[in-house]
Amino acid sequence: MIRLEALNKSYVMSEHSLHVLKDLSLEIAEGELVAIMGSSGSGKSTLLNVLGLLDRYDSGAYHLGGKLARDLSETEAAKLRNSHLGFVFQSFHLLPFKTAVENVALPLYYSGVARRKRNAMAASMLERVGLGDRLDHLPSQLSGGQKQRVAIARALVTDPKVLLADEPTGALDSQTSTEILELLLEVNAEGRTVVIVTHEPDVAARTRRVIHLADGRIGEDRRQEGG
Amino acid sequence: MSLDSWVELLERLARHPLRTALTMLAVSWGILMLVLLMAAGTGLENNVRWEFRDDAVNSIWIYGGRTSRPFEGHAVGRRVRFDNDDFASLAEVPAVDKLTGRFYPRGDTTVSYDGRKGSFNIRATHPDHKYVEGTLIVAGRFIDELDLKERRKVAVIGQEVVKFLFEGIDPIGEWLNVGGVNYQIIGIFEDVGGPGEMRQIYLPITTGQLVYGGGERIDQLMFTVDPDMTIDESERLTEQVRGQIARHHHFDPSDRRAMRVRNNVERFGEIQAIFGWIRAFIWIVGVGTVLAGVVGVSNILLVSVQERTSEIGLRKAVGATPSSLIGMVMQEAIVLTSVAGYGGVVVGVGLVEVVRRYVPENDYIRDPQADLGVVIGAVALLVALGTLAGLFPALRAANIDPITALREE
Ligand SMILES: Nc1ncnc2c1ncn2[C@@H]1O[C@H](COP(=O)(O)OP(=O)(O)OP(=O)(O)O)[C@@H](O)[C@H]1O
Ligand SMILES: [Mg+2]
Repeated sequence: MIRLEALNKSYVMSEHSLHVLKDLSLEIAEGELVAIMGSSGSGKSTLLNVLGLLDRYDSGAYHLGGKLARDLSETEAAKLRNSHLGFVFQSFHLLPFKTAVENVALPLYYSGVARRKRNAMAASMLERVGLGDRLDHLPSQLSGGQKQRVAIARALVTDPKVLLADEPTGALDSQTSTEILELLLEVNAEGRTVVIVTHEPDVAARTRRVIHLADGRIGEDRRQEGG
Repeated sequence: MSLDSWVELLERLARHPLRTALTMLAVSWGILMLVLLMAAGTGLENNVRWEFRDDAVNSIWIYGGRTSRPFEGHAVGRRVRFDNDDFASLAEVPAVDKLTGRFYPRGDTTVSYDGRKGSFNIRATHPDHKYVEGTLIVAGRFIDELDLKERRKVAVIGQEVVKFLFEGIDPIGEWLNVGGVNYQIIGIFEDVGGPGEMRQIYLPITTGQLVYGGGERIDQLMFTVDPDMTIDESERLTEQVRGQIARHHHFDPSDRRAMRVRNNVERFGEIQAIFGWIRAFIWIVGVGTVLAGVVGVSNILLVSVQERTSEIGLRKAVGATPSSLIGMVMQEAIVLTSVAGYGGVVVGVGLVEVVRRYVPENDYIRDPQADLGVVIGAVALLVALGTLAGLFPALRAANIDPITALREE
């Protein structure tokens, strides 16, 4: 599903450039559940952004489902993000003026699904994440855990093959974190590839593969009995 | 644009009602000003045209005066009186189109018919007079060459004369007494110049000269020229005519007092030129105001894109293509400018209509009008400019880097 070959990425700033990902090679198969760990600044988010086609890389190769990322136009990348990828962020990134249903329906707007149909799809997705009674709530009327559920529902609503989560529980208490983690495990159990960036060993412990990044390189790639 | 995008747009505009209203107001105001300025401009112009309505605007009128310079041994202060020879010599000039003299009968010119008396103006003229003065024959005919040749005692009378003397009678064929001489009425006329011009009675000039002791005398000469004649050409023609008259009457052609000229070509041309400038001014001011509104729209959209950086970043992350984001901003720009522009036109045209209906006739503005074709052109231009105004913010939106946008929180 995901294949990186000797991938390099630097941030070029006015005076110097910062080499963030260094000769990174990595393969993630369809249906895998992977945790990415590492100290702050080690390049985890950068890696996830490259995987999510939100950012470009300098050299090497990234194949997503058989397609070379470099060959994609901006429009093609946008369409792939829409149909193949789902994102979950630490700070949720819900649109404050849209209700839960409307937030979840947003990706469907860009895949051209009619309003009524996409609202119905969004509502059933919200029900699946346990928010069937919060459909018309604004984000400001939801708790942190509920907001993250809405975000997960939004990531799943286009039925993507890959879910990318950058510290999805970073802003939540441990009780809520566990609930969100359970939800992500369920998503993986449906057969989707799930990649979670996390600082929490508890979270990593529940996955079957843990990749440690250190200074832009893979320090350790460990498979374990998870779940 | 899908129906959905319209719903999204309306929701977005409704989120900032005050900002939306003020932005649109700026554009509407610009168009409104353009419409009102244009209406005022045409009103002024129509008024001046109306002032000129009476006489052919392509006519030149000349009057005899008194010499103010000695010439060939003649003393100063001599009167210059045109005569039939002057008429004949002007008739030879190719650039002179319709030519007529006018002789004002002297002495008793009391007009009477069947015991009723009135005081009217008598003009003895050539047949072409009707073209120069804008005389419209409504019954019978005007004076013709045969009348002149046979010095017939015939008269053409204005509607006011008919009203005053011929209540309930058809005047054609009746005999009108002017200062003791009877004239048979051959025609009735109207004149756009108004009631004053319709109090006139026209006689053949030869008859007038004979009956009222004019001899060969002509008081003034008037002629029309090609309507396309330029001011310069009309001035050259005037000088040529002045030269001919001066030769005949022995005065210095540079003596401006010896012969006076009213060159309507020049007067009208100058006024036309002034209106050209006024129109240009209106356009500069109006288009400037419209442009200010368009720049306002562009600014507001830039601010709004700026404000929505993180929203746009998220939209990109969930699959918004660059073109869909460009479309989103452009749609907003076009809708704002076209709706606001249309509103401005409607209010402007409405106001002009109110003025037309309720403001009484006055000396400054007549029949104000906003040329609808021009207004529609202006709105089309506005929408084009609105598109242009949206382009910059739209590209800004499309170029937002989702990662940076999502990091900002
Ligand atoms: N847009 C950018 N421009 C310049 N440098 C950047 C940019 N984004 C990230 N960096 C730098 O790249 C390095 C890796 O950043 P990244 O966000 O990937 O780290 P991370 O592993 O996610 O850290 P954290 O655990 O704190 O989220 C950091 O040193 C960061 O300062
Ligand atoms: Mg990070």
